[in-house]
Amino acid sequence: MMAAARGALAALMFLVLATAALAQGLEATLPDPALEARARELHKVLRCLVCQNQSIHESNAELARDLRNVVRERIAAGDTDAQVMTYVVARYGDWVLLRPPLNAGTLVLWLGPPLILATALLGTGVYFVRSRRAIPDMKPLTSEEQARVAALLGEERQG
Amino acid sequence: MVAELGHFALIVAMVVAAVQATVPLVGAARGADELIAVARPAALIQFLMAGVAFFALMYCFVQSDFSVLTVFQSSHSLKPLLYKVTGVWGNHEGSLLLWILILTGFGAAVAAFGTNLPPTLAARVLAVQAMIGVGFLAFILFTSNPFERVFPVPLEGRGLNPLLQDPGLAIHPPFLYLGYVGFSLAFSFAVAALIEGRVDPAWARWVRPWTLAAWCFLTTGITLGSWWAYYELGWGGFWFWDPVENASFMPWLAGTALLHSAIVVERRDTLKAWTILLAILTFSLSLLGTFIVRSGVLTSVHAFATDPARGLFILGFLVVVIGGSLALFAVRAPALKAGGLFAPISREGALVLNNLLLATACATVLLGTLYPLFLDALTGEKVSVGPPFFNATFGPLMVPLLVAMVVGPLLPWKRGDLRGALERLRFTFLVAASAGVTVYAMATDTSLAAIGGIILATWIILGGLRPLYERVFRGGVAGSAERLRALPRSAIGMAFAHCGIGVIVMGLTVLLTWQVERDQVMRVGDAMNVSGYTIVLRGVQSAAGPNYVAQRANFDVHRTRSEGLGPVLMTLHPEKRSYVDSPQVTTEAAIEPTVMGDLYVVVGDADGTGGYAVRGYFKPFVHWLWFGAALMVAGGVVSLTDRRHRVGAPSARKSRDPGALAGAHPSAAE
Repeated sequence: MMAAARGALAALMFLVLATAALAQGLEATLPDPALEARARELHKVLRCLVCQNQSIHESNAELARDLRNVVRERIAAGDTDAQVMTYVVARYGDWVLLRPPLNAGTLVLWLGPPLILATALLGTGVYFVRSRRAIPDMKPLTSEEQARVAALLGEERQG
Repeated sequence: MVAELGHFALIVAMVVAAVQATVPLVGAARGADELIAVARPAALIQFLMAGVAFFALMYCFVQSDFSVLTVFQSSHSLKPLLYKVTGVWGNHEGSLLLWILILTGFGAAVAAFGTNLPPTLAARVLAVQAMIGVGFLAFILFTSNPFERVFPVPLEGRGLNPLLQDPGLAIHPPFLYLGYVGFSLAFSFAVAALIEGRVDPAWARWVRPWTLAAWCFLTTGITLGSWWAYYELGWGGFWFWDPVENASFMPWLAGTALLHSAIVVERRDTLKAWTILLAILTFSLSLLGTFIVRSGVLTSVHAFATDPARGLFILGFLVVVIGGSLALFAVRAPALKAGGLFAPISREGALVLNNLLLATACATVLLGTLYPLFLDALTGEKVSVGPPFFNATFGPLMVPLLVAMVVGPLLPWKRGDLRGALERLRFTFLVAASAGVTVYAMATDTSLAAIGGIILATWIILGGLRPLYERVFRGGVAGSAERLRALPRSAIGMAFAHCGIGVIVMGLTVLLTWQVERDQVMRVGDAMNVSGYTIVLRGVQSAAGPNYVAQRANFDVHRTRSEGLGPVLMTLHPEKRSYVDSPQVTTEAAIEPTVMGDLYVVVGDADGTGGYAVRGYFKPFVHWLWFGAALMVAGGVVSLTDRRHRVGAPSARKSRDPGALAGAHPSAAE
């Protein structure tokens, strides 16, 4: 009950501030530092729609600022982080997420790195096993050869 | 006239390149000395012609000759002279010309300094180098002629992208290209070796200095780009996992792996096929990088000059170069097998681990960079692959690499004793661990990752010095001065480069953990507290530059006190610039370096009622990133001056196992 009332109050405060800020074309930073910090974390993983490959946290574009304020608005209204993300994705699609979600389309992307590593480890393992096998290829000397070696070494020692 | 002269020089260069790409190959195959002898003068003439073309274009830029289309599109008569000169490569055509100049320059360097190379190998290397030259010269002549004229002649140029009018970015592309294109020599040596059918330690000794030089240039280029992004883009980011950044990072990862695997070929005459493959892949990734940047297939913060039609040409070229070289590799590589055997725990084994992790990391970056493109082409689905993906996949691959890079250099060749090596590192580990504990006890806002980063960085920096320490003090203090003087430059270079990595890890850890960021709407007289500093806005004035108008803010910086303002420590002047020849607005951050890090202030939009959006940051240890990168480059340069490289490769000695195709070394079975 208290939390709901506080949430409503925060939302109201935000609305007043946001209206003022938007009129000036500026950031509508949340008064509560904890909420603002949450908003900032979300800003960092959302893509700016008009710039190329920047998060909305980093972008100076007006649209990025608007989206930053939308996130703040949802947080002030009491949404959880997950709810905010669902809200934003529902409007702009998966493209807005800098961390691609795991689904059928991105399965290869997410499974790729561990598969590449496994393949590389396997290849290296095969290389070492093969090179170890290469050693027995050099057959031990036959008794005949050993006799020759002994004879040659004996010669050398004498000479 | 000058433009036509440049155009003509390019045509001559292409004809010469076509001759150089074919005649010496025939000569080497038939053993005809007079055909082989064509290669060297051809390489020198090709370089001379590319130089003539390049300086002709530079002349047009300096003279502001707007009858040349390229100059009209990317220059302006009011631009400072420096940016008229650097504007030559601030556009597609000119940057391609710079690429060709560097490519032919490397070919000419081999022709001039490679006199002790076996003649057939030199001929084949230069022929392959010329094949790449033909491809790029055809590209520039048929799709991107920098000397095209416009009529009627415009009175004024359209101007250069303001973001590019910056000293850091002006010199960034030449370094990047010297790196990218430098790897073309590793490629040419690899393909020539495949044609010859032999790879031996002498070959590796030849390839290594060129690869190392290219690596130094590429490291410098990437660092300059990162530094530019840090101070110019206005929020102090330095790495964004952006496609264009990845395009330069992938050849760097592969090239770093190549440097290490070539050591194994040189010292132990093994891992040959893999090293050849890496040389091919490294340059292929450089070409792919060019394709990504020049074609505009991937959106990026850095994509200034893009054109999809030209992308098609590069794509075709890419297919021919990569497909052709890999096909040759498939046919010839099986003949390259063998060489010295080694156990998994050994110096060679550690270098294999380095290659395994770097190659996997490189493949991961490649997958993440191209995935949006493939998914869009196949299903029409749009997906963004941003920093969170790369941090989650690339990061974990780096941790074992960073831990192992300290142990590897302490292992002997062939077969090592891991426990012994770790025992020698006991002191290093104790210091690293106590650094972690100290930071945990003293600092606020620590995290497990931060402590891990501190321990890892200390481990790498101290452990990187350990091989030098052992070389100098192993026999006691007596005689250590002589041993210090007798240290091989390559050992010193390795210590520098490895310590540089440690310095970067330290900088990253501290920066990402303890960075302070403040956002505030400020009026004149307002104060903002950033990490112990109080910043007071004293006013905002208009200031005029040569081709822009700036809103210049004045801030006084004081040490934060509980009451009242102390003396002014310094003043900061961030700017927001509007250019006369472009709608783009740039932010010029005011950055004040201190011992502990940078104070970084950016002024943003005015709210119309006297308030300004101001962002203030304290970026602790950020200079460690640049210092670490500089250490790495210094390490590469020191290593390049090693006596071994100066003396050059002994001309393919008649060694005990000619052709190096023989079976296992008996020594490995000890």
